[in-house]
Amino acid sequence: MARPVRFNIHPIEADSKDNISLANMPEGYTGEGFFATKLSSVVGLARKNSLWPLPFATSCCGIEFMAVMASHYDLARFGAERLAFSPRQCDLLMVMGTIAKKMGPILKQVYLQMAEPRWVIAVGACASSGGIFDTYSVLQGIDQVIPVDVYVPGCPPRPEAILDGFMKIQELVGQESVRRRGSEQYKALLNSYGIQ
Amino acid sequence: MALTNETIKDRLTAKFGDQLTHFEEPYGLLTFEAPSELNLKVMQFLFDDEELRFQFLTDLTAVHYPNQPGRELAVVYHLHNLTDNIRLRFKVFTSSAQPDIFTATQLYSSANWMERETYDFFGIHFVGHPNLKRILNVDEMEYFPLRKEFPLEDQTRIDKDDAMFGRGPLPAAANKGAVETPMAADQPTFPAHGTPGVEGSKQDWPTNTTKL
Amino acid sequence: MSTEQHIKLPEGSIEKTTTTLNLGPTHPATHGVFQNILELDGERIVSAEQTVGYIHRAFEKLAERRPLYQITTLTDRLNYCSSPINNMGWHMTCEKLLGVKTPKRVDYLRIIIMELARISDHLICNSVVGVDSGAFTGFLYVMQYRELIYEIYEEVCGSRLTTNMGRIGGFERDFTNTAFEKLEKFMAEYPAVLKEFESLFTRNRIFMDRTIGAGPISPERALNYGFTGPNLRAAGVDYDVRAHQPYSSYEDFEFDIPVGSTGDCYDRFLVREGEMWQSLRIIEQAYKKVQEFKGAEATVFHADVPAYYLPEKKDVYTKMEALIWHFKIIMGETEIPPGEVYHAVEGGNGELGFYLISDGGRTPYRLHFRRPCFIYYQAYSEMTKGAMLSDAVIVMSSLNLIAGEMDA
Repeated sequence: MARPVRFNIHPIEADSKDNISLANMPEGYTGEGFFATKLSSVVGLARKNSLWPLPFATSCCGIEFMAVMASHYDLARFGAERLAFSPRQCDLLMVMGTIAKKMGPILKQVYLQMAEPRWVIAVGACASSGGIFDTYSVLQGIDQVIPVDVYVPGCPPRPEAILDGFMKIQELVGQESVRRRGSEQYKALLNSYGIQ
Repeated sequence: MALTNETIKDRLTAKFGDQLTHFEEPYGLLTFEAPSELNLKVMQFLFDDEELRFQFLTDLTAVHYPNQPGRELAVVYHLHNLTDNIRLRFKVFTSSAQPDIFTATQLYSSANWMERETYDFFGIHFVGHPNLKRILNVDEMEYFPLRKEFPLEDQTRIDKDDAMFGRGPLPAAANKGAVETPMAADQPTFPAHGTPGVEGSKQDWPTNTTKL
Repeated sequence: MSTEQHIKLPEGSIEKTTTTLNLGPTHPATHGVFQNILELDGERIVSAEQTVGYIHRAFEKLAERRPLYQITTLTDRLNYCSSPINNMGWHMTCEKLLGVKTPKRVDYLRIIIMELARISDHLICNSVVGVDSGAFTGFLYVMQYRELIYEIYEEVCGSRLTTNMGRIGGFERDFTNTAFEKLEKFMAEYPAVLKEFESLFTRNRIFMDRTIGAGPISPERALNYGFTGPNLRAAGVDYDVRAHQPYSSYEDFEFDIPVGSTGDCYDRFLVREGEMWQSLRIIEQAYKKVQEFKGAEATVFHADVPAYYLPEKKDVYTKMEALIWHFKIIMGETEIPPGEVYHAVEGGNGELGFYLISDGGRTPYRLHFRRPCFIYYQAYSEMTKGAMLSDAVIVMSSLNLIAGEMDA
């Protein structure tokens, strides 16, 4: 771009020598031509750096999410390059904004259509707990209908907070056991929501 | 001659006589009350008259006055004359036992959804409306939420987790197998730190920021 | 092929020649939640039925429980792309009810913020029309400049999106020098950006082919449907609340009202572009006028409304009246004079009206928001009759439907 966009009033020179970070190797045993580690570490490493989110943006938090997607806060550098709107192709359901009771069944249906492994992040106060809308028409938190992994508080949360929530999801993804999705506890969790 | 509130009032009383009452001008906006059967006639007159030309329906809403028996529900119309730049408000009152009001949809297409919203919130039945069903709330709702007898926070709702506010045990649905007691009570017992595979134990939730 | 029917089809579906397509409510993120059930004959839309209410948050019921200044946070969430306009519209409604006259400097500062909000709203709408017709670059490019606007909001009120900006009677604090510096930076850089954004779309053959003729509406139908704002102006009617019923000293400013002719998507795009240029013009004039205040007038940032404006903390500790007002305001014990008032401002989408009925208690008896999006979305089925399926999406995004405002 011909014109550099900077909008700090008093800009400091960025220390941009080393602005590409590579993912660290998981712990393991190295040898001549082989590297032994846990399958879950490698799988987790691959998954967490290529999470494809499904932005389920309903209201104001959705606009903050647009700011996160845009070039200033840039979600793409975390691997979330492809924001697909199809649940079949996504790993991470980002629920941003108020979910009304009319919308609840639709949210549940979108969640059901996602393939395992899937994670859910509730962005904003409304998705986490109903927010300021303690009314007859608002679901008081999406964890009434679907299991949630990370909650990001704020109304709306700053883009940095949304990114922080995303990074926490990445931590969860990186350390998830490969057997979790078939385990009894997970099945019990889903059953408690009425999901088989 | 510029159109003034006086002129409008004179023409209205010339046409409808003393059926229109309570002429007031709060904050400069001419307001009056009409009997509920005449709402469409009044609007049609205001629309067609060459001098009055109130051809823009700004707003249509309702107010619930539970303290006036027989006149509990008021439907308020805000009209606007765009060429002469004058606004007008008129109200019709009806009882909550039989809240029938003629629809304005033949005259103003914008009244379609506004009347549906008013029906949704207050239960006013608009006679002749093409599609009078709920618009903003779920279709299965059985009450009209904006009436004064329904307070905002219904104490019997269980979807608000009272346990989080120390007001009772967690409902079974939210019990993910980890924490039994509410936070405000005695110290909750988390599973032992690092118990592998247990939902909610600290194993699943690393506390330090890991390197990417 | 066996003669029994294995699949149970709905009634009348074999005779039906049209396809039912459900568009929504989970669209690709940018629009918000509303649903369209389209009947398609091949690619042509035969009819469209809209369902809204997927984000109904009962603002009007909530407002009956909150004192006036707590309702400002609700108004933020109406048209959340331009929340300062909603805030200031609400404050002006309260000032009308209470009979408060704001000083000129407050009016000019409010105008600066409202026009910035209008620019930010139109930027989202226009860039999203671009995204929906396949051009993602414009969106990414102008989002940078929305960040600049957010930074100005942050300097003034602390928050980026749901600003809760200002108080009844003015602002909570004076604009700092940094705020003015950021404003100057914006005014210096933005015109070039807007010009470049325009050049991406306005004479772009693909964009023109996509949008010209998509979703037209005639001025008579638009007026009958209660259209206001850029959608009405694109249809050809030059009704702008800022010019016709000026509030907050808009009569002191010189600006044009861009008007279209056919009311299709291209006209709406151009009208919003034109309005952004006019908003820039207003901001420049307002900024110059603010600079011209000298002496004591240059520090005024709120009117004298002790019953609704928190006194300064040092006064609370030393003066009796200030202590009493502080207590009454925080506890919500100030009573509103009874009356009913309707005030309208020109929001990003049109005439945003506030109808407030007070019975003399501490909270409104009834508060109704006249939401432009809700009113003009009804016309969607008429606008897309006979159009192609791809036009359905473009028309929806060019109408600038903000779900928060639609459902309230």
